[in-house]
Amino acid sequence: MIAVRDISKRFGAFEALHDVSLEVPAGSLTALLGPSGSGKSTLLRIIAGLEFPDSGSVLIAGDDATARPPQQRGIGFVFQHYAAFKHMTVHDNVAFGLRVRKRPRPEIDARVKELLGIVGLAGYADRHPSQLSGGQRQRMALARALAVEPEVLLLDEPFGALDAKVRAELRSWLRRLHDEVHVTTVLVTHDQEEAMEVADRIAVLNEGRVEQVGGPRELYERPANDFVMGFLGPVTRIGAELVRPHDLKIAPLPEPGSAEAQVTRVVHLGFEVRVELALADGGETSVQLTKSEADELELADGDIVHVRTLGGRTRISA
Amino acid sequence: MSRVGLRAVALAYLAVLLLVPVGVVFYKTFEHGLGAVFDSVTTPAAIHAFWLTIEVAVIAVPLNAAFGVITALALVRGRWRGKSLVNAIIDLPFAISPVVIGLALILVYGRNGWLGSWLSDHGIQIIFAVPGMVLATIFVSLPFVVREVAPVLREIGDEQEQAAATLGASSWQTFWRVTLPSIRWGIAYGVVLSTARAIGEFGAVSIVSGKVAGQTETLTLLVEKRYGNFDVAGAYAASALLALIALATLLAMTVINPRKEPA
Amino acid sequence: MATIWLSLIVLIPLAAVVAKSTDGPFWETVGSRQAVSALELTVLASIGVAAINAVMGTLVAWVLVRDSFPGKGVVNALIDLPFALPTIVAGITLLALWGQHVAYTRTAIVLALLFVTLPFVVRSVQPVLLELDAEMEEAAASLGARPLTIFRLIVLPNLAPAIASGAALGFARAVGEFGSVVLVSGNIPFKTQVASVFIFNQVESDNTPGAAAVAVVLMAISLLVLLIIRRLGR
Repeated sequence: MIAVRDISKRFGAFEALHDVSLEVPAGSLTALLGPSGSGKSTLLRIIAGLEFPDSGSVLIAGDDATARPPQQRGIGFVFQHYAAFKHMTVHDNVAFGLRVRKRPRPEIDARVKELLGIVGLAGYADRHPSQLSGGQRQRMALARALAVEPEVLLLDEPFGALDAKVRAELRSWLRRLHDEVHVTTVLVTHDQEEAMEVADRIAVLNEGRVEQVGGPRELYERPANDFVMGFLGPVTRIGAELVRPHDLKIAPLPEPGSAEAQVTRVVHLGFEVRVELALADGGETSVQLTKSEADELELADGDIVHVRTLGGRTRISA
Repeated sequence: MSRVGLRAVALAYLAVLLLVPVGVVFYKTFEHGLGAVFDSVTTPAAIHAFWLTIEVAVIAVPLNAAFGVITALALVRGRWRGKSLVNAIIDLPFAISPVVIGLALILVYGRNGWLGSWLSDHGIQIIFAVPGMVLATIFVSLPFVVREVAPVLREIGDEQEQAAATLGASSWQTFWRVTLPSIRWGIAYGVVLSTARAIGEFGAVSIVSGKVAGQTETLTLLVEKRYGNFDVAGAYAASALLALIALATLLAMTVINPRKEPA
Repeated sequence: MATIWLSLIVLIPLAAVVAKSTDGPFWETVGSRQAVSALELTVLASIGVAAINAVMGTLVAWVLVRDSFPGKGVVNALIDLPFALPTIVAGITLLALWGQHVAYTRTAIVLALLFVTLPFVVRSVQPVLLELDAEMEEAAASLGARPLTIFRLIVLPNLAPAIASGAALGFARAVGEFGSVVLVSGNIPFKTQVASVFIFNQVESDNTPGAAAVAVVLMAISLLVLLIIRRLGR
């Protein structure tokens, strides 16, 4: 549905994207995940036509859209800070795209009403964006983008400006919306939890390059490199191996393959417990246990224990 | 409308309206050579006019600066009724024609004015003398320092001053060591604007001065008189001098402008 | 304390003008053909200039904020030239440039007023343009609006208050303008005599009540316009 091929972009001396190629299947919800500066927003804006690449091409539904302005790409775009038309009512905001296409008034009004219902803002039509909360404004922005029935929906860190609770609500709401509406969607985020929860496919970007593309589980359990492993979840190191803290087991007595370590700190995080250990070879590691596992072991600072990895879940660090 | 097209229209408009006229004045001034110009600006009348202009500015501007800082502080930090009224009054000099200002001063301080007889009894001459011109200049350049300092004060907020108070500073110390340094560029900018306005004042001063050459004639009045006497070259020469001062003002404004925004 | 200073310098003299205006036949003076003609010319010219400024000033502000070209900083600084240059010098420069063709005509008055009021709309619009959320324009583009439509539906409504207030300030300045107009207009009664020059002539002829009467009308016009801006500014 969307294909970017060999996209490169620099801003002055800074190389934002380097030969990036990616395919976004039709109807999927794909996340572009990465730390700030990784180029994910730049890539999204290039797909949208808000930026133009130095080299490479963008294909939307098979057509070469590389040189086309945003008006002609059939996209919908949602901004992190909403970009609400503050001088217009909610109704006029959502109606904007239809108005620009010179649709008849009754059609516009009906569609706006329908969309406001879908996003849960029925009855807010005559308010101004300044009278809405952040979460409401973003839902309005989504309704506005969907009003023109775009082929592709692009979201640039849409929940970044909202507080945690609203973010969580809107996240699951977005997933449900996508399941109903099935528009090809690309979401940019730096929050791996968000990507894992919402997306069918995740493309991990770092310093202008694609590190790995795949489903959430695949990326988490079979990361292609250290960066992806570290970015998608917690990691800890045992000797030359990287392993997830919950893939480590603590035993009071030595077991085959275990290493000796001393407990330096036990942190109770409510539902889980993190045990920080000092290894015999001088390194440090931490193990994540469930509350019941921790209770059984009855660990205290200074205890000598034996830690080993649970079968086959490590990677040798590069 | 393409980007270059808009740029061309804007620049052409500005060139025709601003640059070309000023350029022409400099050209016509120096048309007859540097020597003639020099002679023209060093006649006794011209020299006196120059120093009188400076003198009036040197009295008016510091007074307005002090008033400006005090009023800005009162408006931004104080709590009292009638603020919007005072605000409106401060804007008046922008809205009143200079000739009306001159007229107003004559009506108060002139021979037949409200204070006229009291003043002549005490031998004080305001109208048709330098004090009148100073008053007129103060009136027209009044708002500048206030209008520049007030927003800066508002932006900075009074947290620094509160901190100073908790550290034991008296009001005067706080003002001198904390407030004043933080608004110094706002004051500087306001002073530059105020000075430019003072030097350039014509209409009000024209009515109030009596235009006695060598006594109550400022540079601007000199320009008008020379033109009226068909000494066009002389008028251009004095104008060029004033234009130079104006360009120096613009330079000062450009330099100070970025600094007056608090970081 | 500041209020005492203010009163001394500003309020009392202005009050004197109002008082003096009643000293003579107020309505006769103001209603005289010459006065009416002067006031009419002044107001019409100022409105015309305000309208031109609204358009050109916005255009200049747009280019200064959105465009970049070598020397832009210098151009930006030069916008303030009319504020820095004495009005009488502005008058002389316009005479020097346009010469005898345009002098003593109403065109000359309009040109002089355009010079003097140039900065108002530009400086009023620039900060608003700078603050304008570029993402609003990008959102409009993504929704299919072309650049002219974006300007009309998104940018202009957000600039309108600044344009209006800049134009109004320019108007208030223009109705009272004296120095740049006095030489250039030639002071031909009924043709090129503006209100400020009329008042000046009355003062010179010792007709202070007459001068005060027209002065009061002029002040009323300016103040009315300024009041409207303040209201709009809310």
